[in-house]
Amino acid sequence: MSKHTLSVLVEDKPGVLARIAGLFSRRGFNIDSLAVGPTEHADVSRMTIVVNVESSPLEQVTKQLNKLVEVIKIVELDPTASVDRELVLVKVAATAETRGQVLDTVQLFRAKVIDVAPDAVTIQITGNAGKIADFLRVLEPFGIRELVQSGMVAIGRGSRSISERSLRPVTVPARPAVG
Amino acid sequence: MTEQITGAQSLVRSLEAAGVTDIFGIPGGAILPAYDPLMDSSIRHVLVRHEQGAGHAAQGYAAATGRVGVCMATSGPGATNLVTPIADAHMDSVPMVAVTGQVGASMIGTDAFQEADIRGITMPITKHNFLVTDPAEIPQRVAEAFHIAATGRPGPVLVDVAKSALEAMTTFRWPTELQLPGYRPVTKPHAKQIREAAKLILESRRPVLYVGGGTIRSGASAELRALAELTGMPVVTTLMARGAFPDSHPQHLGMPGMHGSVSAVAGLQKSDLIISLGARFDDRVTGRLDSFAPGAKVIHADIDPAEIGKNRHADVPIVGDCREVIADLVTVLKAEADAGHTGDFEAWAEFLSGIKRRYPLGYETPADGSLAPQYVIQRLGEIAGPDAIYTSGVGQHQMWAAQFIGYEKPMTWLNSGGLGTMGYSVPAAMGAKVGAPDTTVWAIDGDGCFQMTNQELATCAINDIPIKVAIVNNESLGMVRQWQTLFYNERYSNTDLHSKRIPDFVKLAEAYGCVGLACESPADVDSTIEKAMSINDVPVVVDFRVNRDAMVWPMVAAGKSNDEIKYARDLAPDFDRVEDDWEVRPA
Repeated sequence: MSKHTLSVLVEDKPGVLARIAGLFSRRGFNIDSLAVGPTEHADVSRMTIVVNVESSPLEQVTKQLNKLVEVIKIVELDPTASVDRELVLVKVAATAETRGQVLDTVQLFRAKVIDVAPDAVTIQITGNAGKIADFLRVLEPFGIRELVQSGMVAIGRGSRSISERSLRPVTVPARPAVG
Repeated sequence: MTEQITGAQSLVRSLEAAGVTDIFGIPGGAILPAYDPLMDSSIRHVLVRHEQGAGHAAQGYAAATGRVGVCMATSGPGATNLVTPIADAHMDSVPMVAVTGQVGASMIGTDAFQEADIRGITMPITKHNFLVTDPAEIPQRVAEAFHIAATGRPGPVLVDVAKSALEAMTTFRWPTELQLPGYRPVTKPHAKQIREAAKLILESRRPVLYVGGGTIRSGASAELRALAELTGMPVVTTLMARGAFPDSHPQHLGMPGMHGSVSAVAGLQKSDLIISLGARFDDRVTGRLDSFAPGAKVIHADIDPAEIGKNRHADVPIVGDCREVIADLVTVLKAEADAGHTGDFEAWAEFLSGIKRRYPLGYETPADGSLAPQYVIQRLGEIAGPDAIYTSGVGQHQMWAAQFIGYEKPMTWLNSGGLGTMGYSVPAAMGAKVGAPDTTVWAIDGDGCFQMTNQELATCAINDIPIKVAIVNNESLGMVRQWQTLFYNERYSNTDLHSKRIPDFVKLAEAYGCVGLACESPADVDSTIEKAMSINDVPVVVDFRVNRDAMVWPMVAAGKSNDEIKYARDLAPDFDRVEDDWEVRPA
């Protein structure tokens, strides 16, 4: 098993997330992480999906995904030629004694304090999965009260865009589909 | 100013613009607005008795004509009753559009009366589906639905229209462009792959053309015949492809798979090259996958890239429409032949003909003088002939109908292959007859299947759809019973239907305004079939009361290797003598 990151361009239509999530579950795949959001094209959304599978079943699920009418394009991102980020908001216990150490950790990881309470601080950190795991490990002894994490988003390095190819319309066939 | 019409009128106009001439359906609350303008339309609406019948009728119509079949139902239970035929059409790649009414847009999600999320329910079993709440979108979505259903790998598309959209005022404009940026099926095969395939064919010694339902959907029979005759390669046709290549052709080995002929199973199993044309290496064909055709390389041509390499590795994958693929192969192989390069498959063909002669399809005539179901079906095929259309349900009668009728033409054998839906036969025959009114249509059905959908006999009798039904009545769920005989120590749990006692099929047929006939002696088979053939103004139902212990042979037991095929019970074909000549080595 190995991790694969798929960037999936889809039409921004109701139900498209259900179609994709349903396809993964009925073909027996667990999604490790999923993030959806708008793109530089108004009608196109981009999903970043991380799955943990062998490469041959991944090929099958990619082909099945491609058959979904609302899926425009699928690209598997090569980890060496792309960058990926996750966002975590974490609420950590911080008393008068420990607050200094917590803030040192925040500095070390280039994270950011976004809220302060008398006995806790809320921290925002972005990074790849490894950096975030390390950060949380260091914070753990102070007492993590609450944690929320985004799905991973990823983008290829360099100047090329995966959505460059135009989204051409299809002409209605001259001959009716029936008759 | 553009004419203001209701969404319902727009829907009916859209269906007309898409070329629809026939719809099978039942009205109800949410779809009711659409039924009003339908009264004034050129479209013929056949009022069925159950929505499942509407769906299978649309499938039968599509499979017999190659046109998109259309069914219509209301929201909630009307729509959920279409689920089985939609799933069936999805498995067997049948072009179909299902139009359903939905509760008003403001009610969606409130558990309103007769509300069901049919778009959500059918997501995994449609090629695509739409929920339309804006009346202005109706023509666009209908045009897209028909385009998606009919092109690429065909399949069912559902258009769910909210009642509020049907009732609202709108304007009608048939679209000139489809908004489907993610839908671009590849039909033209890659020339390099065709050359690779031709090279493998010429290098092979034991090739087989493994022909699937895609050849029928793409209308590739003429090209297929040209390819077979140009090269001399043997042909097997799957359950979905019966009729794609004439059964009478000397190169035809028959149907492969669980109940395939010994020659077809052996042909695949011992081949060194399988040329798969619109087939999908289904488990019913391959048996245990890891021992299927161990010495064969594979050329896999399919319009659906997801089928290629799904179950079996493809050495040469070809994405494209079967007709174009085969035509291109013929062109390349013809050029090779003109340059003096041809394959030498004569010894191989001779070997397989030997197996075909030694292990022909056959059956035992019951010693007690009772009727052999295989005999009934064989005579039916001989008397009705290869111009008739045959539909079947699922089970023993289906396998016998696939084995013992000689198919010569595509689109004359309609059955539920992938989903295996009991009850398909009668409504599918009804749909086929509407699509091909001048053709004799025989529904070959089991007594179990028949009792699932026989209410459509009323539809047939009332709407002048004179189908013919042959009930192969063994008073049991025969295929299940066969498995109980073979694998459950003859413990017949819940397979006895008592259908020779209840119901009285002749009376049932008469109650439905059909002619009912019965036959239980071999001597009466021909005259009964001929009588049924002579009645063409009303539907005819024949109760063939057959021996209940007949079994379908040959058989590869589920999960076993094709090498373990049984010709009859406890009788394995003897390949040993010939295997020395065709030692199978892993590719």
